[in-house]
Amino acid sequence: MSGFALMLRRDLRLAIRSRSEAAMPLLFFAVLLAIFPLALDPEPALQRALAPAGLWIAALVSHLLSLERLWRDDLEDGFIEQMLLSPLSPVGLILGKVTAHWLVSGLPLVLIAPLFLNAMHVEGQASAMGSLALLLGTPVLSLVGGIIVALTLALPRGGMMLGLLALPMYVPVLVFGAGIMQAAMLGLPVAGQLYLLCALLVLALTLAPLAMQVALRLGVDS
Amino acid sequence: MWVWFHRLGSSPYFYARAPIWGRWFAVVAALLGAYGLVGGLYLAPPDYQQGEGFRIIYVHVPSAWMSMFVYTSMAVAGAVALIWRLKIAEVYVAAAAPIGASFTALALLTGMLWGKPMWGVWWVWDARLTSELILLFLYLGIIALYSAIEDKRSAARAASVLALVGVVNIPIIHYSVEWWHTLHQGPTVTKFDKPSMDSRMLWPLLSMALAFMAYHGVVVLARMRVELMSRERYSRWVREVLEGAAGEGK
Repeated sequence: MSGFALMLRRDLRLAIRSRSEAAMPLLFFAVLLAIFPLALDPEPALQRALAPAGLWIAALVSHLLSLERLWRDDLEDGFIEQMLLSPLSPVGLILGKVTAHWLVSGLPLVLIAPLFLNAMHVEGQASAMGSLALLLGTPVLSLVGGIIVALTLALPRGGMMLGLLALPMYVPVLVFGAGIMQAAMLGLPVAGQLYLLCALLVLALTLAPLAMQVALRLGVDS
Repeated sequence: MWVWFHRLGSSPYFYARAPIWGRWFAVVAALLGAYGLVGGLYLAPPDYQQGEGFRIIYVHVPSAWMSMFVYTSMAVAGAVALIWRLKIAEVYVAAAAPIGASFTALALLTGMLWGKPMWGVWWVWDARLTSELILLFLYLGIIALYSAIEDKRSAARAASVLALVGVVNIPIIHYSVEWWHTLHQGPTVTKFDKPSMDSRMLWPLLSMALAFMAYHGVVVLARMRVELMSRERYSRWVREVLEGAAGEGK
């Protein structure tokens, strides 16, 4: 079995065994989405206009909170050290881990996004495009965020610093992700922005595992 | 060439030589800066549209250029630090980050001061302004990460990785904000088409840019010396330097 599949299976099994912890990002996301409209005027047009912003900010925040789980626990019990020492390709192992993390804390957000969008009076094409953008954008967040968390492993806790380091890096995903939905709501073509988001995903898939490998080695050494 | 490269990696050599290079940079910065200031503030004619207000570009444009130059140089030094483990490159990343952040902040501040009378607002979400602001956050992130990690060698390497990730990301960020703006068709930002500059305005500007670069050299060398010394404070050469200084003082 390849390193990717092994790691994916291990991490998914761990997530299933600690279900309540694994469900936290999703619950947090749901609560954020539920209270976001309370800060607004209940007028449908206004809610629709602010739906993309609410969706993406909630996704970024809940993603950021789940990020630390990606490496921290495994660093503390020495698992990462073993992972880097193993004869399997570290890139495959790292990708497996990030994929498992995304399946647990990214994909559920995409699945419940249509509910929120419906409640915010966003429907049809715009809602579908909004979810599709989230589907393409959240893996990029996990990949880029994985580098940043790995860099903060030398610290006792990443915490607030994680936000300062990671959020500026997320700007392109935020811009294209929310842009796709806004364009769809106005009936404008979205293909171009979707392609750009796909390009970001491919770029992150190619480069991020290498950067994570370097960063993890630093984290283990210190 | 390789001899020079290896010698540069030795801390005592760098510590002894840095003030000499710094002095040359200081001379260049003073001469070019003096010409740039006199030429820009006094000799150059006022702009036909903006009047005297345009003269802020003699600080604004060089600092904006430097904000990008310093970040790129940090990424290059970071790559050198990660690949060849050259200590001086690590020290450069750490020493240059606060300078780059200051240049970025200066560019943003002078831009605001200019924007208020010219555009009527302090701030617009224009592509260039936004990516400069994000750049400031990237700098602050590097500074925060470096100062938070206690072991300075791994701190510098972590900062190097971050600088490299950032340098891949900066063009993407820049173009994403630019497209964001054009797609939105938001408030029309007055983007002045740069009229080809009068040479009496242009030469002082280029001179100021070089002066800023030389000034960066002065400051970064001084900071690198201090950083190097504090990192290796238990090594023999630092003790010898300090004892030598104390001996001279007597």
